Amino acid sequence: MKIPAQITEWFKSRGWAIHPHQQMLFELAGKPATLLIAPTGGGKTMAGFLPTLAELADGTHQGLHTLYVSPLKALAADIRRNLTTPVTEIGLPIRIEDRTGDTPASRKKRQRADPPHILLTTPESLALLTSYEDAPRIFAGLQRVIVDEIHALAESKRGDQLMLALARLQTLRPGLRRVGLSATVEDPRAIAGFLSRHPDPCTIVEADPGPDPDIAMLRTEDKPPWSGGGAAYAIPAVLEQVQQHRTTLIFHNTRAQAEIFFHNLWLANDEGLPIGIHHGSLDRTQRERVEAAMVRGELRAIVCTGSLDLGIDWGDVDLVIQIGAPKNVKRLVQRIGRANHRYNAPSKALLVPANRFEVVECVAALEAVKAHELDGDPRGPGPRDVLCQQILITAAAGPFDADRLYAEVTTAGPYAGLTREGFDACLDFVATGGYALRAYDRWQRLMQRPDGMWQLRDPRAAQRIRMNIGTIQDTDTLKVRLRRNRGGKPLGEIEEGFAASLTPGDTFLIGGQIVRYEGLREMVVEVTRRADRKPKIATFMGTKFATSTQLSARILDMFAQETWPQLPDHTAEWLALQREVSRLPERGRLLVESFPHEGREHLCVYGFAGRNAMQTLGLLLTKRMEETGLAPLGFVSTDYATLIWGLDAPTDPSPLFEIGALREGLETWLAGNAVMKRTFRASATIAGLIERNTAGQRKSGRQATFSSDILYDTLLKYDPDHLLMQITHEEAMRGLVDFGRIEEMIARVGDRIDLLRLSRVTPLAAPLFLEMGRVPVQGAAEERLLAEESARLLAEAGLA
Amino acid sequence: MNGYDFTFAGARLTALGSGALWWHEAGLLCVSDLHLGKSERMARRGGATLPPYETRDTLTRLAADLEATTAQTVICLGDSFDDPWAAQALTDEDRARITVLQAGRRWLWIEGNHDPGPIEMGGTHLSEFQQFGLTFRHIAQGEAAGEISGHYHPKATLRSRGRNITRAAFLIDSRRVIMPAYGTYTGGLACDDQALCGLMGPQALAVLTGPAPVALPMSR
Repeated sequence: MKIPAQITEWFKSRGWAIHPHQQMLFELAGKPATLLIAPTGGGKTMAGFLPTLAELADGTHQGLHTLYVSPLKALAADIRRNLTTPVTEIGLPIRIEDRTGDTPASRKKRQRADPPHILLTTPESLALLTSYEDAPRIFAGLQRVIVDEIHALAESKRGDQLMLALARLQTLRPGLRRVGLSATVEDPRAIAGFLSRHPDPCTIVEADPGPDPDIAMLRTEDKPPWSGGGAAYAIPAVLEQVQQHRTTLIFHNTRAQAEIFFHNLWLANDEGLPIGIHHGSLDRTQRERVEAAMVRGELRAIVCTGSLDLGIDWGDVDLVIQIGAPKNVKRLVQRIGRANHRYNAPSKALLVPANRFEVVECVAALEAVKAHELDGDPRGPGPRDVLCQQILITAAAGPFDADRLYAEVTTAGPYAGLTREGFDACLDFVATGGYALRAYDRWQRLMQRPDGMWQLRDPRAAQRIRMNIGTIQDTDTLKVRLRRNRGGKPLGEIEEGFAASLTPGDTFLIGGQIVRYEGLREMVVEVTRRADRKPKIATFMGTKFATSTQLSARILDMFAQETWPQLPDHTAEWLALQREVSRLPERGRLLVESFPHEGREHLCVYGFAGRNAMQTLGLLLTKRMEETGLAPLGFVSTDYATLIWGLDAPTDPSPLFEIGALREGLETWLAGNAVMKRTFRASATIAGLIERNTAGQRKSGRQATFSSDILYDTLLKYDPDHLLMQITHEEAMRGLVDFGRIEEMIARVGDRIDLLRLSRVTPLAAPLFLEMGRVPVQGAAEERLLAEESARLLAEAGLA
Repeated sequence: MNGYDFTFAGARLTALGSGALWWHEAGLLCVSDLHLGKSERMARRGGATLPPYETRDTLTRLAADLEATTAQTVICLGDSFDDPWAAQALTDEDRARITVLQAGRRWLWIEGNHDPGPIEMGGTHLSEFQQFGLTFRHIAQGEAAGEISGHYHPKATLRSRGRNITRAAFLIDSRRVIMPAYGTYTGGLACDDQALCGLMGPQALAVLTGPAPVALPMSR
């Protein structure tokens, strides 16, 4: 097949040439699976769609032809706009529609009855489509599926779910061809194995990566602060850059930081430059308004988070600013690619460290980018909680045969190695609960019919299953609205945990404005606007990433230098001061500092193992401290250190660091800790044990619902080998526990542990005092506090 | 015994850390909202199949309280079963557990909104019960004196040194006591909820359950 003349004509009329990789993908269009690796701005999307446009050009195809899946709702809408332009201008007879959680129900219904030629959607919306009884009819004409930003999907359960959905589609449409579009990654073959139908081959096409980016650290008048994540010091310099460029994207690592920065930016924006904010917690209409203004070129800058990480075409972005250390070189490179969409022109980017430690991290990242060293850890096999959900989705679509479902599931790359035993355990869990105590014989979720097929016991359960499809689990969120007589304007969402910590009168930031918490009504947070300059409570948390192993190693190597010519003076002086009053962490040793501060004892451990592993280390150490009567109260972890505080000083802390004992205690310790409970909650929700959404349930208030922690405790006590406990363990080991990196640290350190007793907080420990995400230790200290506080409060209230 | 002692309507009572109420002079132990059979009821109605161990767990904890107090009278203050069918669906094992607990004791089932009417189970079934000026009923009434009730599953939060500690709680004022839920699978209603604020007087205490129960002024 050749590219139809009207399409090549249109390219010419635009003054565009078809890129070599676009041509290549066109020639490979008949292959079962193709992966394109290209930098942003390389015409990746067009490369993916060219074969579709060509195949649909003659107007003979009936029904759905191409499914496009992207991780973002906004991306689906954006691609629809970008694709509609050439299709209309060329005059192709192609209907293009998007379908996401935001699509109105009436349109979704029509799409099921009469699917467009090209449907743009997300993994969750696709999974939902496959759960309908009429899925075979919906997908009847399907020829191609394009997975955009597959590098991002391949790192998450959303991607695992998508690959299971594709396996389902491939059963319905055996000739289905798959195309993956990816940004630059360290291991293209891993992504190819993820994408293709196992064991089909996958052709990898790598586009010209283009010139190296123009990337530097932003020079500021003011020094970065000792600690904190706001980067407020850099506001004037950032505004100056915004003025000098057409459109600037200002990336933040967390929503909270984006909110604070945006607020400060506005306070300093004397010129009144049009600047917007965009992140996943904002109300949809607010996000859409910003997106539309961006597309029209009305905004000079947009403060954003990972919600803009992926390839939405924002037009004329000519500068990317990264606030805060990038944590991961690969993501930094991908973000930088957002600037300057003209292919073959260098992207321009500036890094803004939020504090002095991040100066070091930013310099290390710059060096890694120059050396073309991307980082990344291989991902394990597909998680089984996602498989449990897939079994439920399959059952919702109609009766199924277990053998055939097993065969189908193992064609998905992440599940290619799944054993039949592993699959059967999931099926048993979904059908009966999978408990050692067989309690639900009468009330099984799935029943096996006499002919051997499995089906839902209660067909009405299909609706409940559909309401709970998806793997995005970070937190439960509550909607925020302005208080009015009849429900005011929606502003966005905050995490339930944050909402619970608010008392009426507290002020916080959302969508760049300060609001006052008034109360909770029917699970909606009601607020009023405030004209304050400073919110009382900073804001809610956001996703945090762990600094990669490779970047951590670079930082430790930098610490070993005699002097630091590549660092700004202030940071070099700070490190020198740390070396003077204490010591700098070294690659082959473990530095531990002990000091009193504000009436509590502190222990700071510089493990450099990434946030998750440092968190685990914190849990392990506090457990040992609890056992030895040191009454730890809590700890906080960053990528490089864990700070523990407690009521008593460790007189001889060395036994705490018997790493062999730490490792031995891991298993028993793992069972009871908060991280496991958090992991359990996520896995139990994905696997369908806990239903997030039940019609009418949320309105009934909190009295009826109980914490998933109780389920975890119950299983631990009565059924510790239950499938969900196994899954929780697997997930925790590779995710939040990240024990692999602790082992790496143990191997690196050996018995070379340096314990220093100091009289006060050290320069390197200071930033930890302002970290969010403190983890409480439930132990003797809590009971002591309760007793103290009770006596004080009763006396105060005159009740004692 | 670990508990918070208080005098209520002339009776010396102890709020136990487990969530049970102990009246030493009367040899009486009161527990509320056991919600036995909750997981069975959820599965029956087409919901998730939760770990089916909560009835065993609740009864095991109750057995421990009975052993520690050597109570002669037990009052289950309503919503003892998640619904009447849940009572019928109890496993033989759990039925036997209840029978063992009842042996040699006076056992009173007060009816609740989840388990109205008599249940096929040994013991006395009552809508409410009075003794020495105390009234035991499931749902608190507007005008009351010496009333002990359950139903609301109150919980309370203490904020201290940057730490929130939330636990099931007894709410106590001069006119009434509202008991926390005893069942393993029971959630809680924050004590600053309007429903609870309307019932409790300004001097009300919240007694947090746990290893060492402590009293706080009830937050509003």
